[in-house]
Amino acid sequence: MKSPRRVIAVVAFAAASIGLLAGCSSGGASSSATGNGKVTITVGSLPPGTAKAAFTAFDNRVKAFEKLNPNITVKPEEYNWTASTFTAQLAGGTLPQQFDVPFTDTQSLLQNGQIADISSEVKALPYGNELNKSLMAVATSKSGAIYGLPYDPYAMGLSYNRKIFQEAGLNPNDPPTTWAQVAADAKTISQKLPNVAGYMQMTNDATGGWELVATTYSRGGRVEYRNSKGKTIVNADNPATVAALQWLSNLRWKDNAAGSNFLLNWDSINQAFGAGQIAMYPSGSDVLTSLVAADNVKPADYGLTTLPISGSGAGALTGGTVEVVSPQATKAQQEAAVKWIDFYYVQPLINKSQAVSNAKTLLASGQPVGVPSLPVFNQKTYNQTLSWIKPQMNVPQGNVASFNSKIFNQAVVPEPNIDTQQLYTALDPVVQAVLTNKNANIKSLLKAVDTQMQPIITKDDTKE
Amino acid sequence: MTAIDRTLSSQTMRGVRRRSPATWIRGGGLASLLFLLPMLFIFGIFSWYPIVKAVVMSFQSTNLVSAPTFVGWQNFISVFQDPQFGESIVNTAYFALLALIFGYPIPLIAAVLMSEVKRLRGLYAALAYLPVVVPPVVAILLWKFFYDASPTGVFNTLLASFHIAPQPWIENAAQAMPSIVLEATWAAAGSTVIIYLAALTGVSADLYDASEVDGAGIWKKIWHVTLPQLRGILLITFILQIIGTAQIFNEPFLMTDGGPNNATVTVLLLIYRYAFENSIGGGYGEATALSLMLAVFLAIISVVYFRITRSWSQN
Repeated sequence: MKSPRRVIAVVAFAAASIGLLAGCSSGGASSSATGNGKVTITVGSLPPGTAKAAFTAFDNRVKAFEKLNPNITVKPEEYNWTASTFTAQLAGGTLPQQFDVPFTDTQSLLQNGQIADISSEVKALPYGNELNKSLMAVATSKSGAIYGLPYDPYAMGLSYNRKIFQEAGLNPNDPPTTWAQVAADAKTISQKLPNVAGYMQMTNDATGGWELVATTYSRGGRVEYRNSKGKTIVNADNPATVAALQWLSNLRWKDNAAGSNFLLNWDSINQAFGAGQIAMYPSGSDVLTSLVAADNVKPADYGLTTLPISGSGAGALTGGTVEVVSPQATKAQQEAAVKWIDFYYVQPLINKSQAVSNAKTLLASGQPVGVPSLPVFNQKTYNQTLSWIKPQMNVPQGNVASFNSKIFNQAVVPEPNIDTQQLYTALDPVVQAVLTNKNANIKSLLKAVDTQMQPIITKDDTKE
Repeated sequence: MTAIDRTLSSQTMRGVRRRSPATWIRGGGLASLLFLLPMLFIFGIFSWYPIVKAVVMSFQSTNLVSAPTFVGWQNFISVFQDPQFGESIVNTAYFALLALIFGYPIPLIAAVLMSEVKRLRGLYAALAYLPVVVPPVVAILLWKFFYDASPTGVFNTLLASFHIAPQPWIENAAQAMPSIVLEATWAAAGSTVIIYLAALTGVSADLYDASEVDGAGIWKKIWHVTLPQLRGILLITFILQIIGTAQIFNEPFLMTDGGPNNATVTVLLLIYRYAFENSIGGGYGEATALSLMLAVFLAIISVVYFRITRSWSQN
């Protein structure tokens, strides 16, 4: 026979346990908009591993924003888009309320309702109707709704370490302009500096495919095309891709100029470049910002030129990011997030005082000013912005002149537009195979990618 | 079950059936149930519900945002048609085999040797267990650093002192999996050593004394006394090893991301790739389908294994 007191204790224990669990489950979704008009937003503008100086610069900009918008509190979260982690964050609902996605994913995300419609907020901006329409197309739905602001368009270039060039007896002011010269310089570097890879490419986490496609474009090839019936055909097994891989194979196995480590993604190749283990690698033209912030690269030691162009149809692969807002954010938070995007990303491009203020903040914290990019609006605006911040520029413009002087004469080619990241991931093992197996059968490996990807792309092509 | 057991059992059942709700409450049934509720709730929410949800999802096409659609067996068919499916099975089996050859006997040998040592046994046990204390991700990334394939890499520098040429380690399709097994064995052996050491303390000293009287040396004592006495534990650790190796993920994910050229893509890594490789999502159906197949496979293996080995462990 149980005493009433004991029964009550048992019931109380069970109720407390369930209450505790209920409390746990309800604690996750905190409301950030309060009744007094104040709103808190989380922004993913801070890349992981940001050095203290860059963090300070960012913090100062947050303070400036909050001063201008006293009702908005900005909570920065570390965020860096990578193919694998993004999906997990998206599915798990752990993305910040403002984040960025690549050009290639924006259409799919807006069709799936995974990013917010911010048409009214964007149109309310002073320049809302003047945005570059062709660029805005990446973030605009078929019905004309706007889901993001494109930012930071880049073209693929060839990053190189000027210090290593000098140590190897090469002229850093005369970077290679053909793939043959890249190979020759890489060989010279690896022979004179045995622990340095003269040239390497990314191979992992979908970046292997990304860089292979960039080097394919530079040779005039395409990995996807539309046939006469409007159907998208995967064409990894094209002469330019074969040539790009054969060139890489020769560099690795004949010239021994690709080093010893062949499993590199965006982060790890940047680290290796920052550590002086790699002399040249293809990169986005804007990579210096991250290299300085996370990998201690000195702008004075950094050089950038265009990827060599050869063959008809050759061009530079271009891409970029779109600043977007979570559909789970409240309307007030979405409005605040667009204000943040405007302040943090767009104003330094179009407003002289903001541009100079931003450049001074970056300069004061040792961050690079004058990193090569492509115009968000048009070349006139781009050049004007550069002229405003010329006094603050700490990236020696001579080091990147080779890129800046040639990129506007090159054709710019967008990334493949269907199942881009999956295609890149399917190409990763091919690049790895070429670098780790002397007898890799390039054509057969590429044909296997065509076979693997065609049904997937056909399925998704019909969805469009 | 003997006849007496069956009689007692049926009497107990009849006794339970006769109990009224009031008797059940007075007998502590309600208290037991209430104490059980939090556990049922937690298991229900965090274990059973996800399992049921995964089974349902394996027959759906979903990106976790739009409404899911039922696709029948399509996800299973897609998995079977994927060339990486076969590769991942072969790679996982290769890992399991290597882990069995190296990872299974090493802890046993270490434990038996430690149990023979009279002094500093605790120190050796602590040293063996130390790798388990290191967080797995840290350990794996450290080993990745050690595996640097350049001549200045940590392991290659060590090899150079023995005049052995630098090895590509994880940068070579043939060597990547053995390199991963080496790290995994190092990381996991400590736990198994402790289990064996604990089991060895249960072996009666009289058996060793008797075998010594019979003239047995150390190897005969191990073969005829230690191993038979550890049989039950050995059978359990064997099946745990099989289940563990079939679910290998951390090492290939962090060290090689399945490379080079898919040489270290395991079943779990393939599941991860289905779910998260496509940056806009959409492979969750295939991922859960393969997860389900793996779970069913391991359940069958476990049941068959326990049925086969039941008589061995009882003897």
